[in-house]
Amino acid sequence: MTISNLKQTSPDSKLPRVNWAKIEEADNFAKTVKLYRQGKIDHDNFRRFRLQHGAYGTRMTDDYAMVRIKIPAGEIYPTQLEKIAQLSETFSIGSAHISTRQNIQLHWVVLEDVSEIMRGLTEVGLTSREACGNTVRNVMCSPLAGVCSTEEFDVTPYAIATAKFLLRNPLNQNLPRKFKFNFTCCEKHGMARIVDVGLIPQIRELDGKKQRGFKIFLGGGLGNKSFVGHQLEDFTPEDDVLYTSIAVLRIFDRMGDRKNMARNRMRYLVDEMGWEKFQNLVLKERAIVRATQSVIVKLDVDDTPTEIKRPITISDTDGKPTPEGYSRWIKTSTFKQKQDGYNSVFINLEAGDITANHLHALAKICREFSAEGFARNGFSQDIVFRWIQESDLPRLYSRLIEVGLANPGSLTMASPIGCSGTTSCNLALTNSHRLAKEIQRKFLELKLDEDDDLRDSTIKISGCPNSCGQHEIATIGFYGGGGRVGKDMYPLYQMSLGGRSDGDAMLGVNCMRVPAKRIIPVILKIIESFKKNKKSEDTLSSWINRIVRGNENSEIKSVNDLKQILSPHIVPPTKEEDADFYLDYGSDKNYHTITGKGECAA
Amino acid sequence: MCCLSKEKIMRVTTDVDTLRSEIRDKSVRVIDVRREEDYKKNHIPTSVNLPLATLLSDDAPERVVKLVNNLGIDDETSVVVYDDTFGALASRVAWTLEYLGHSDVSLLELTYGQWNSLGLETDTKVPSITSKNHSIKLHPEIMATVDYLEKAKEKKDVILLDNRERLNFLEQHIPGAVNIPYRTLGTSEKILRSKEEMKRLLENRGIKPDAEIITYCGSVGTLSGLAYYALKSVNFPNVKLYVRSFKEWKNLNKPIDKQENAHYWDLSAE
Ligand code: SF4
Repeated sequence: MTISNLKQTSPDSKLPRVNWAKIEEADNFAKTVKLYRQGKIDHDNFRRFRLQHGAYGTRMTDDYAMVRIKIPAGEIYPTQLEKIAQLSETFSIGSAHISTRQNIQLHWVVLEDVSEIMRGLTEVGLTSREACGNTVRNVMCSPLAGVCSTEEFDVTPYAIATAKFLLRNPLNQNLPRKFKFNFTCCEKHGMARIVDVGLIPQIRELDGKKQRGFKIFLGGGLGNKSFVGHQLEDFTPEDDVLYTSIAVLRIFDRMGDRKNMARNRMRYLVDEMGWEKFQNLVLKERAIVRATQSVIVKLDVDDTPTEIKRPITISDTDGKPTPEGYSRWIKTSTFKQKQDGYNSVFINLEAGDITANHLHALAKICREFSAEGFARNGFSQDIVFRWIQESDLPRLYSRLIEVGLANPGSLTMASPIGCSGTTSCNLALTNSHRLAKEIQRKFLELKLDEDDDLRDSTIKISGCPNSCGQHEIATIGFYGGGGRVGKDMYPLYQMSLGGRSDGDAMLGVNCMRVPAKRIIPVILKIIESFKKNKKSEDTLSSWINRIVRGNENSEIKSVNDLKQILSPHIVPPTKEEDADFYLDYGSDKNYHTITGKGECAA
Repeated sequence: MCCLSKEKIMRVTTDVDTLRSEIRDKSVRVIDVRREEDYKKNHIPTSVNLPLATLLSDDAPERVVKLVNNLGIDDETSVVVYDDTFGALASRVAWTLEYLGHSDVSLLELTYGQWNSLGLETDTKVPSITSKNHSIKLHPEIMATVDYLEKAKEKKDVILLDNRERLNFLEQHIPGAVNIPYRTLGTSEKILRSKEEMKRLLENRGIKPDAEIITYCGSVGTLSGLAYYALKSVNFPNVKLYVRSFKEWKNLNKPIDKQENAHYWDLSAE
């Protein structure tokens, strides 16, 4: 017996349905880095190249990069989770970060090692190509698409086809600015109105025949100035989806602002031109696109249903007591699918961070428990397992306890979003990332995840006004900045209230500036005031909504009234009284705002 | 025959098949560097136990040579070392033997855990050893002391490699060091990457074979010992281990660099 034929085989793994990778790009990246280091490529050209290939700069240094791995439509397979685990240990910090846009990021990678990561990714069919830069970014798809009870049909194949059509497509290599697509399952679970192109599936009947189509929203987006998208037309038939996308991209490419960095997202073009004019332009352009294609170009929609297999493991929970915390977890972290007897499970991560060991564990659990054989990453820095048999839930929960991933609260206010902030982003003013973790710990400690009144509310935090943390669509949103007492600075956040991204999408209304170290008491005070004044059917979100719209009639009628109640909490102490007030989370040095040259690490 | 034996001396790792046949031929001395209680439970057949801690408690050459003699190793003995800690502990022991003047020492290409999971034979028997007589011919050219390091690192063709994990490196490191975390050196199956991959990685980083390389890690030269062998595996001729590593450097209050103004620790999910 020789050893060579004794290799360990890993259990059967479903193979990814699309190979997004191209190995030449890894070689090319390595070569280009060398040329750059030798001074044969200038900084700006290199930067453009680097971003095109999915590598960001890192806070205060040229030596490190962040590699953003795209997970198109959020579909991620066990082998891919394992590969990312390995790459994070080998070339990054031993943890990976799940973003709000279905990317997985590896931070603090030595620039010269980026090509090795790209090489590793090709082994599992993943790419970081066009994850940054002025391109169409990762095409997103609701993690509930296909299992959501309020959806008209599963949009996943359309999202994948769109991603396939656009990746490496010349149409999308040098846009005025980044461009974002989001496919949503239904009005309730989406982000369709806050992206450049957002799509919600709908079905209409025409001559007794059912026809698939979409509501398409254009020109939304979050940022220094945010907009809610406009609906293009009542119904866009599925055959027109690609033509519409091409038309919009062409208009943006031609007319978008290429000079003013601060105003070159498509939403500004729409805003300047006025919606009606833009709408007409899109419809005309679409007619031209349709007419000038020599053959009918269609999205290559692979509609073969995902094979749903009953994983071999059959739960035997007879006689075993349900583990502690089970019902809390079920209530706050799982979702009943439209398919009878199946559930989706949302794994709660702190601000999207996950260790290599945890990724390995999740890959294993996914193989064992998910009947579709792969996972998704969601819109909230999380990982989702779908198609879990109801009867398997107790055992799945026990497994999550074993590996330390059984925190409850994923689908509640107790899992705040925090962008990377000063942990790695050049533009950051505060450590929004750590703040999100601190809030989460506090909420779980107080068991606020179990409170039904808070369930549909969200907390989202950005480390600067750039909104990568999506603070504007949060019930309670924050973005970071610096405050001053005399010559001493302290970290603070601008708080906004009442933002949402569903059918009633609106951007949060600015309320007040809250010192970083007072955020938790202020949130708790808001909750307390809500409990005191709520009507019986109220949730925190509906109560805040009335306040920001001026429709509330209890003691707190307006944002101003709420401000009055909160203001005692935000008075800065002197340094002698409370030195900690002047430190940001995760720092033992007096706070200063320090930023480098931005690449908008959105 | 002469070429063959030369090749043998040069080998950095020993593959499983070779080791098994050498065990059968009784032409090898296998050293298990795990703790005594682990060794006693089971080990690779015929191996002897030299826990790293025993060695490190006093690694003066006069003492090390006694330990080596008691393991039945003389100047001619072919030695293969293994551990269960991705090769780092084994590397530190192998390096110590090399420093003592023993040339025929190599690392088992995988860990004991991997050996086990492949279902290969193990044993609980402790072999009886006839003590041997090893000479002391120290090789100072593979060791860096703090004094040496301080002078050398200012030179252009000297590269200082830090093999600790990235976050530890960012937090503090010897000024001018380059970080290649120990995890970069191996794969999930082998303690060292393939030569081709290792070469490419070093080349990307601009680390050339004609440079003098000094490796260090956190405290006793284990992780950096593995790096020492990783570089040897791709024929880097001039590699030194700073055995006392960062612990000594810090205790001596030498200058330290830090990646400032970023809270990278908060990205870790540990
Ligand atoms: S640029 Fe984006 S990631 Fe960076 S701090 Fe601002 S919002 Fe956060």
